[in-house]
Amino acid sequence: MTRISLSRWLGILIKEFIQLRRDRLTFGMIVGIPILQLVLFGFAINSDPKHLPTAVVIAEPGPAARAFVAAMQNSGYFDVLGRVSEDQAARALARGEVQFVVSFPPDFQRDLVRGRPVAIAVEADATDPQATGGAVAVLNHLGAELFAPDLPGRRLAAMAPVELRVLRRYNPEGITAYNIVPGLLGVILTLTMVLMTGLAMTRERERGTFENLMATPATPFEVITGKLVPYVLIGLVQVTLVLIAARWIFHVPMLGSIALLYGVVLIFIVANLVLGITFSSIARNQLQAMQMTFFFFLPSMLLSGFMFPFRGMPEWAQAVGSLLPLTHFLVLVRGILLKASGTVLLWPSIWPILLFTCVVLAVGLRTFRRTLD
Amino acid sequence: MNRSENVIDVHGLQKRFGDKTVVDGLSLQLREGEIHGFLGPNGSGKTTSIRMLCGLLTPDGGSGRCLGHDVLRESAAIKREVGYMTQRFSLWDDLSIEENLHFVGRMFGVVGRRQRVERALEGLGLGGRRRQLAGTLSGGWKQRLALASCLMHEPRLLLLDEPTAGVDPKARRDFWEEIHRLSAAGITVLVSTHYMDEAERCHRLSYLAYGRLLATGRGAEIVAAQGLSTWAVSGDGVERLSEALRQLPAVEQVASFGTQLHVSGRDATRLQAELARFVAAHGLRMDAARPSLEDVFMHLMQGARDPLER
Ligand SMILES: Nc1ncnc2c1ncn2[C@@H]1O[C@H](COP(=O)(O)OP(=O)(O)O)[C@@H](O)[C@H]1O
Ligand SMILES: [Mg+2]
Repeated sequence: MTRISLSRWLGILIKEFIQLRRDRLTFGMIVGIPILQLVLFGFAINSDPKHLPTAVVIAEPGPAARAFVAAMQNSGYFDVLGRVSEDQAARALARGEVQFVVSFPPDFQRDLVRGRPVAIAVEADATDPQATGGAVAVLNHLGAELFAPDLPGRRLAAMAPVELRVLRRYNPEGITAYNIVPGLLGVILTLTMVLMTGLAMTRERERGTFENLMATPATPFEVITGKLVPYVLIGLVQVTLVLIAARWIFHVPMLGSIALLYGVVLIFIVANLVLGITFSSIARNQLQAMQMTFFFFLPSMLLSGFMFPFRGMPEWAQAVGSLLPLTHFLVLVRGILLKASGTVLLWPSIWPILLFTCVVLAVGLRTFRRTLD
Repeated sequence: MNRSENVIDVHGLQKRFGDKTVVDGLSLQLREGEIHGFLGPNGSGKTTSIRMLCGLLTPDGGSGRCLGHDVLRESAAIKREVGYMTQRFSLWDDLSIEENLHFVGRMFGVVGRRQRVERALEGLGLGGRRRQLAGTLSGGWKQRLALASCLMHEPRLLLLDEPTAGVDPKARRDFWEEIHRLSAAGITVLVSTHYMDEAERCHRLSYLAYGRLLATGRGAEIVAAQGLSTWAVSGDGVERLSEALRQLPAVEQVASFGTQLHVSGRDATRLQAELARFVAAHGLRMDAARPSLEDVFMHLMQGARDPLER
């Protein structure tokens, strides 16, 4: 085996930088795609998601709480995951594992029977306002129906009104841009990173320069990683552009650590670049590389939770979605920007991206042909 | 590698693409400092053979060594020591002359890269145009740049694939001067070409057709081995008579050389007798000619039938 040489690796890196600098079209893409996407997706996309994962916190179980939970489940809007403690519920909400936490106060049953006013607290993860809107309306309706004091014959009919206190967490005003713009960060990176590197190797092959490259002692690892570095920088520039737009045009709050944000962005960029370069070494020509990119890009858009709230999708779609780096990246970016989540809390969304990268890199190195056979 | 060993020493190399055997049983021995011409019609497998020798294609059969390294297993080591010039210009069009040289220098880990690039630019006479993009160079300059780039790491073996295709005569002559200088310095050269004048400049030749090696040796040896006798037929309207000449039983091939026709056959006495009659009948003249390499190669080509057409 040939050992990795810094001289060769730098050689490839410098060459890619120079070529990139002279390639106007690619440069246009770097700036053009973010702008286009920001304009296109700056507005909301409507949907009415159902089966949203919900955790319930019941201090003292009783028929009233049970009936209410059953009604929620029957409405089709909520998938009640079970009873949990307050702590567990808070963590699940922060991680994005549940969309809602419904808490019944300790004396719910007794107060209800005695005709004292009671309140059910509903915490909603409103980072994606589309996901919560419909469900909250249903919840209000359920409350009114079940606990209506003046309807005869209702076992649960309460003497006093039951109040639903809905607390929208993370995005209290339900502003769609808060959700869309951080999501765009991931979509833009997915498209440009995979596409640009997807073309990187096939371009050499089509121009005939691949033969010259292969005639040098360069190893697949040097070629692949050397070609990636310039694109990492491009990705970081794009992220900065979108973040500036998010802050100053869309006024998206940035509560969490910006350093951590750039950290996860870097991980995400590398995942996409590795995928792109792997496409590139499998594809025979630039057209094929382009087709593969879009074949990957479409599910990323549709199933990652960017277009439709992730928890509202059918199970199979969620299963496919959870293989995609973008799905996890969206949780990460929304978590950092809107919830100020930290590394420990976000780890469950970080490792799937790392795993994806390793698997794809292994495939890329295997399929990379060192000869022209 | 010790000195008496051949620089290239391969036996029975074979390459298939799908079910088509493109190179079939190629054996080749090149001594140090030799300029070896690689000839054969388009599609005869020259490029494929060269790619197998420098580790760009894995042979499907056969064995051998290139610069002492196993052609099947040690392609990485071969790549480090071989200068390969591709048939098509394959340096980077969007890099400047200087950047291309630096890139190649880095890829081969050339020591004292800066000086070597400067020397190469000087040698090319391109110092003033160092910032020009390689893609904007003319054919002759591209060829010189490609040669300079594959000499960057001071290889001991040069594999040149039709280096002078589409290059003007002056540039071709300069190119061959350079090849001979390199050979004198002990560098071994395998060069494929279609030009007979270039074949004459090689120390030894190999002729390939349909993936098979039909002849190998010094030019004169190859000519002699075919036992061909050739007559130059000239006179008024001779061009129109080539078809009639071809009909003569002893004539195996007819080729136009300017205003003459070269008529060749292996049966010398019958050929002379039949030609004498023909020439007398048509008021032409005939002179004994030395069969040229081209006559011999055409003859070899006719003898070897395409295995696919059989
Ligand atoms: N990568 C390949 N795949 C399939 N066929 C090939 C490939 N490379 C060359 N060939 C075929 O092999 C034959 C020999 O080609 P080549 O070695 O380029 O000949 P030459 O250089 O003598 O013109 C041709 O018929 C060509 O079409
Ligand atoms: Mg060829």
